[in-house]
Amino acid sequence: MTPRRVVVTGLGVLAPNAHGAAAFAGALREGKSGIAFHPHLADAKFGCQVGGIPQDVEALQQRYLSGEELLAMNTNMVYAAIAALDAWSDAGLPRPAPGDDRVDWDTGAIIGTGIGGIDTVAEKLVPKVDAGKVSRLGSTMPEQIMSSGNTARVAGLLGLGNQVSTNSAACSTGTEAVVDAFLRIREGRAERMLAGGSEGSSKYIWAGFDAMKVLNRTRNQAPAEASRPMSASAAGFVPGSGAGVVMLESLDSARARGARIYAEVLGGLVNCGGHRMGGSMTAPNPRAVQRCIRGAVEMARVQPVDIGAINGHLTATFADPHEVRSWASALGLSPDAMPLLHSTKSLIGHCLGAAGGVECVAAVLELHHGFVHGSLNCDDLHPELQAFASRIPHRTVEVPLNVIAKASFGFGDVNACVVFGRHE
Amino acid sequence: MAQQQEVMQKVVDILRPFVKSPDALSAVSMETSILKDLKVNSARLVDIVLEIEDQFGIAVSDEAADKVKTVGDAVSLIMKNAA
Repeated sequence: MTPRRVVVTGLGVLAPNAHGAAAFAGALREGKSGIAFHPHLADAKFGCQVGGIPQDVEALQQRYLSGEELLAMNTNMVYAAIAALDAWSDAGLPRPAPGDDRVDWDTGAIIGTGIGGIDTVAEKLVPKVDAGKVSRLGSTMPEQIMSSGNTARVAGLLGLGNQVSTNSAACSTGTEAVVDAFLRIREGRAERMLAGGSEGSSKYIWAGFDAMKVLNRTRNQAPAEASRPMSASAAGFVPGSGAGVVMLESLDSARARGARIYAEVLGGLVNCGGHRMGGSMTAPNPRAVQRCIRGAVEMARVQPVDIGAINGHLTATFADPHEVRSWASALGLSPDAMPLLHSTKSLIGHCLGAAGGVECVAAVLELHHGFVHGSLNCDDLHPELQAFASRIPHRTVEVPLNVIAKASFGFGDVNACVVFGRHE
Repeated sequence: MAQQQEVMQKVVDILRPFVKSPDALSAVSMETSILKDLKVNSARLVDIVLEIEDQFGIAVSDEAADKVKTVGDAVSLIMKNAA
């Protein structure tokens, strides 16, 4: 049986530099940074005191969620809900009216998170339990601290009846979710899947990375310059947060309801390097990275030269040159023949479990509108990337794209790659 | 009677954030079911009892809390504990 074709029919994004697909596309094109100095990080003596936090969420959440719903939602859940509801609406689907008791058996959601509701754990659960006040916790702890809390809330808001689960694969989470959802629809197990990732804005999420000294602590006074993927002066990533969700749909379903089609998902693969061949808990096995990329491209049935752009993982750590070399090796292309390489994290930081979701939204927007956004702060290109200089735009270029590849790599030596194509 | 009205108003205010059908609160009476009429999530009864304990300065046993089904049940429980 021929596998079913899967397309993207809706986009939802709550990013540090914009909310909503249209505003996000504009922010990408303009090279708008979402990185700001945060006094609460300075107060807590973080080395890195800048980060990417979605703006005006207090007001925004009142438009999307009732007071009763918000009683049991932390930032991770709120971000996921806003992005998922946006993707749903953007796909042309009406939000169920209050009291609507129908279940949509053909639609599900895989929205991952890397860390989850740790703000709830840190600010509410631990203090009360340690003070012997377990009975004062109230009823809302489990649904906020269970890993699947973000997706579970979305299921209730939309009456979803297909698979509803939360994946977790560190920084490859969001892209992995998109691949998993794509395969589910391809196999005929669902007609529509909301897929992506979310991550809250808690200092408790970021503290461990700060302690590891993998966050950039050299640009606290110049936040927009702090996220520097591919640069010689890259000194660690900038923590980010938010959510990105795509609505994936079978081509048959999309056509039947006359939905707008942003892109087709041509291929996708996830794997792990097994912490071998140079891989570890915190470093990727390059062989696994290359197998992941090559597998996704082979599944997509496109030639490497057909790929117009790569929206890389590219976090601004020592791994950036390794990643670029892996792309070149996997695609079998010389540096000057490579697709355009760029990093959305240069604008919004590294949104951890949300990164893949937000950056898949970016990649689909670039493919759909025909542009590749510039990577900020790499004018001083890393010496090992000089050969790729002509393929790394610093400012947005308008260019028709037929195929774009997006990959994410995470702690645990895990990888995910997805290939989107223009739908004709 | 005046005191009962006052307690009932406070109970309604406590219930308000947990109610999925805000319109149902406009016709609230002592017989109004907290779960069926106001569509309060049953898990939230725990939070409602905590609010009652805090606002009225009383302690509510688990057994007594389990018997609260209507607005009137909550009002009676409060008035009996406060007496």
